[in-house]
Amino acid sequence: MKPFRYHRIKTLQEASHLTQEPGAVILAGGTNLIDMMRLEIMNPAAVVDIQSLPLNQIETLPSGGFRIGSLVRNSDLAFHPSIQKEYPVLSQAILSGASPQIRNQATVGGNLMQRTRCTYFRDGISPCSKRNPGTGCSAEHGYHRSHAVLGISDSCSATHPSDMCVALAALDAQIVLEGKKEKRTVPITEFYLLPQNTPWKETALEPAEIITAVDLPELPEGTRTCYLKVRDRSSYEFALVSAAVVLEFNQNQIQKARIALGGIAVKPWRVPEAEKLLHHSTPSKKLFQTCAETALKGAKPKKDNEFKVELAKRVILHALSLASKTKKE
Amino acid sequence: MELTVTLEINEKKHVLTLDSRTTLLDLLREELHLTGTKKGCDHGQCGTCTILLDGKRVNSCLILAASADQKSITTIEGLSSSNSLHPLQKAFISHDALQCGYCTPGQILSAAGFLNEPWERTTEGIKEGMSGNLCRCGAYPNILTAVQEVLENQKLLNPQKASHS
Ligand SMILES: Cc1cc2nc3c(=O)[nH]c(=O)nc-3n(C[C@H](O)[C@H](O)[C@H](O)COP(=O)(O)OP(=O)(O)OC[C@H]3O[C@@H](n4cnc5c(N)ncnc54)[C@H](O)[C@@H]3O)c2cc1C
Ligand code: FES
Ligand code: FES
Repeated sequence: MKPFRYHRIKTLQEASHLTQEPGAVILAGGTNLIDMMRLEIMNPAAVVDIQSLPLNQIETLPSGGFRIGSLVRNSDLAFHPSIQKEYPVLSQAILSGASPQIRNQATVGGNLMQRTRCTYFRDGISPCSKRNPGTGCSAEHGYHRSHAVLGISDSCSATHPSDMCVALAALDAQIVLEGKKEKRTVPITEFYLLPQNTPWKETALEPAEIITAVDLPELPEGTRTCYLKVRDRSSYEFALVSAAVVLEFNQNQIQKARIALGGIAVKPWRVPEAEKLLHHSTPSKKLFQTCAETALKGAKPKKDNEFKVELAKRVILHALSLASKTKKE
Repeated sequence: MELTVTLEINEKKHVLTLDSRTTLLDLLREELHLTGTKKGCDHGQCGTCTILLDGKRVNSCLILAASADQKSITTIEGLSSSNSLHPLQKAFISHDALQCGYCTPGQILSAAGFLNEPWERTTEGIKEGMSGNLCRCGAYPNILTAVQEVLENQKLLNPQKASHS
């Protein structure tokens, strides 16, 4: 690890002031940042520890829904009774990620901002435009079994590794950003950027801004949800493919559907075309199959990750069937 | 950068001057010679470095000592009270829940954290709840039995707490 200055700050103003310094980075739970610093992939000159900010509340919003402070620990969010009851998909997604120890330390903001697990990015030496702009992508012709098939470009096919964010995408969550003059809210679907030719630009977060909260819109009565994750071992492993499904039901009819995919895309991936097929529909296996086919239409697999396309279709099909059978109390 | 941190480790207060890069794991092992806490991977991938931080289980390899300032830590050296072993330590011994023993302090501290978390008190719940600790020797079946036994006894002693899931 390279030397750095450590600051424990107490106010948002201090945080945004200090993070404007070149080479400064925010520390929340540290479960990703400390790893990145030990690997010397991230070598900040200053570490701004925000743990003392009052951002660890889960509150109801006047408009319905919930506001989750960015310092809420992953475990506390997943086990929160209201979250388990109102947004089971979010609890399931969080509990499927990392390990209990990591989730006790990890925060919501850190989970949103965690870096990719691409082995070339993490090895610190291979050409990688995300790590060293302009050096190219080693996964292009190298090992890419764990890489994305959706949203990729020639310069990067690294996946966004989070489970929580896949559920947040299916819930249409809003990310609350503060630190600049204007506090602003960005839909999670617009928060992450496609790699295109600039894979080092990952999010809409600007210098001096920090994530202060995540807002969850209220789900209508009768909404049914499911998070399904498929991986190489049954626990403590990142997703090969995952799907978060949110189905708004009226009697036995699906009114609206939202589907987000993880493990196969460069960011938590929504599939609007496929979702549209389910609006005002009666659930059936055939319909779900067509929906799954549509969701993967834009996939660009390579040799080692071709299996993910079929796997993803099956995961979507299964998640839709499971969700339509689980009635919200 | 050098900084000073105050930590309560196994109920004893320590005021330490450290390099800002020091992790809790390195602090425990290298500075304080509390070598019961093991280093397996140093990347959060194995759980051998598990400690309790303000009562919650965490991986000490991924936490800067600086960010634990003013917090309290329990390691395997501090788990037992006076001369009697912790029920988990006893259960690990009586069920032979180890081979080489390298993962054992982490397993026990993890189980201690698990007991206070709202997991389902089922075999599947214990397996998933203990999945953050790898055992290279594959002592999993006996680890499971040991944790199960402590849970059962806890239910007898405190039925209300045990039924909370
Ligand atoms: C072995 C292992 C397995 C894992 N498996 C999974 C898995 O299966 N699924 C999964 O989803 N995750 C997994 N994770 C990742 C884990 O979820 C993240 O490490 C964690 O969520 C990061 O949160 P943190 O608070 O510790 O972040 P930190 O490490 O503190 O920060 C991470 C990044 O976010 C930035 N940041 C933090 N807070 C803010 C904020 N409020 N505003 C702006 N920027 C901020 C930091 O500057 C840093 O760049 C795994 C991690 C490990 C080590
Ligand atoms: S040494 Fe900390 S998890 Fe392996
Ligand atoms: S007993 Fe040897 S690693 Fe678990």
